[in-house]
Amino acid sequence: MLKNRIIPCLDVKNGRVVKGINFVDLKDAGDPVEQAKIYSDGGADEICFLDITASNENRDTIYDVVEKTSKKCFVPLTVGGGVRSVEDINKLLNCGADKVSINTAAVENSKVVADSSTKFGSQCIVVAIDAKKNGDKWEVFTHGGRNNSGIDALDYAEQMEKNGAGELLVTSMDRDGTQVGYDIDLMSKISSKVNIPVIASGGVGNLDHLVDGIKLGKASAVLAASIFHYGKHSVKEAKDYLDSKGIPVRI
Amino acid sequence: MKVTIVDYNSGNISSVINSFKEVAKEKVNIEVTSDPNKIKSSDKVVLPGQGSFKSCVEALNNIDGLSDSLNEFTMTNKKPLLGICVGLQMFADIGYEETETKGLGWISGKVSKIDNQNGKYKLPHIGWNQINIVRDSKIFRDIENNSHMYFVHSYEFVPNDKKVISATTDYSSNIVCSIEKENIFGTQFHPEKSDMIGLKMIDNFINL
Repeated sequence: MLKNRIIPCLDVKNGRVVKGINFVDLKDAGDPVEQAKIYSDGGADEICFLDITASNENRDTIYDVVEKTSKKCFVPLTVGGGVRSVEDINKLLNCGADKVSINTAAVENSKVVADSSTKFGSQCIVVAIDAKKNGDKWEVFTHGGRNNSGIDALDYAEQMEKNGAGELLVTSMDRDGTQVGYDIDLMSKISSKVNIPVIASGGVGNLDHLVDGIKLGKASAVLAASIFHYGKHSVKEAKDYLDSKGIPVRI
Repeated sequence: MKVTIVDYNSGNISSVINSFKEVAKEKVNIEVTSDPNKIKSSDKVVLPGQGSFKSCVEALNNIDGLSDSLNEFTMTNKKPLLGICVGLQMFADIGYEETETKGLGWISGKVSKIDNQNGKYKLPHIGWNQINIVRDSKIFRDIENNSHMYFVHSYEFVPNDKKVISATTDYSSNIVCSIEKENIFGTQFHPEKSDMIGLKMIDNFINL
């Protein structure tokens, strides 16, 4: 039976981890390669890098990080942040990324999604949706949550599936960073609307939130950052907990 | 010994290269090429494949002499070949992704879409699933039944002769996920992305 996936996410800026595991025995706490390796050794089902490098001149740092990580971690590696074009995707895949997540570029030009999934296969194209609640619907935001596109998130999810996305990474902007749990309503509505897997993101503060994301939010995979940082919970603890709640996980 | 990974523009093969190099270390020479002559002189060949059945077959046929050299390596010289994902699917006579496309025809059968039972099962089948070993295979040495492997696909290989099946996985139905027929091996899952157990399988293939 297919297992639900746990995906730890590392924020990387200028080639360094800015939000990551703060273990005392780490030689270099800012090294994304070392942190990714800790996660994969600990049973992470996938690793996600979110590149939050702001300046263009430092953009290339992520390629080096991906290349080094892919030589040490043998679980799927997803990379997102600042991906603008089919050429950007090509470069990340060539460096060893297995999947690339596209956010702003997918909203501005859905052809990027269609073209890249035709060229590389939909298995490596993840469309990241940053959604914020407005009344009784959710709207899609771009540019790291700064711009409101006004597009309905549910319609957009369906459209991206048609365009060839292999998976959707759905982040609730209302919940991101709050540690009060996923926006279950948003996750379950999108998951019910599309036939491709949904990865839930944004708001995890404890292990029960992961359970809710899968059981109530109907997500195929759960992504989290903060709870795995600072040693609050290990990936193994998370998996054991999900297992104890009857959720199928790879142990 | 020389193990060749066939690079025929079939999508992203960096992970395949990385994993084989990790396992091979300095002992085995891993070459990445589409040169038919280099393929002929290899001891073992790995045929990866991402994207659609049609795009992979077309990419293969676009390189002069490539499918002939693979045919000679596999069917005439009977040397070990491992197909991964669409690399395995191409062993079939025919595939139905996008449009009807002729495969390599090494193992009689077809490649068709997984039955998602009216949306009950999400496609692609992405993630970690357990393999049910139905027949011993040389690449399963020291690999336990029900081990987890990483999958990502929407189509499945349905061979006519069920005796070639070495493992299945449960997703909507019993999907064929590993085959062995004489010198031909194939996995629907990605050993290169299946953590240590996947590397073990790659090691088994290299050490055949």
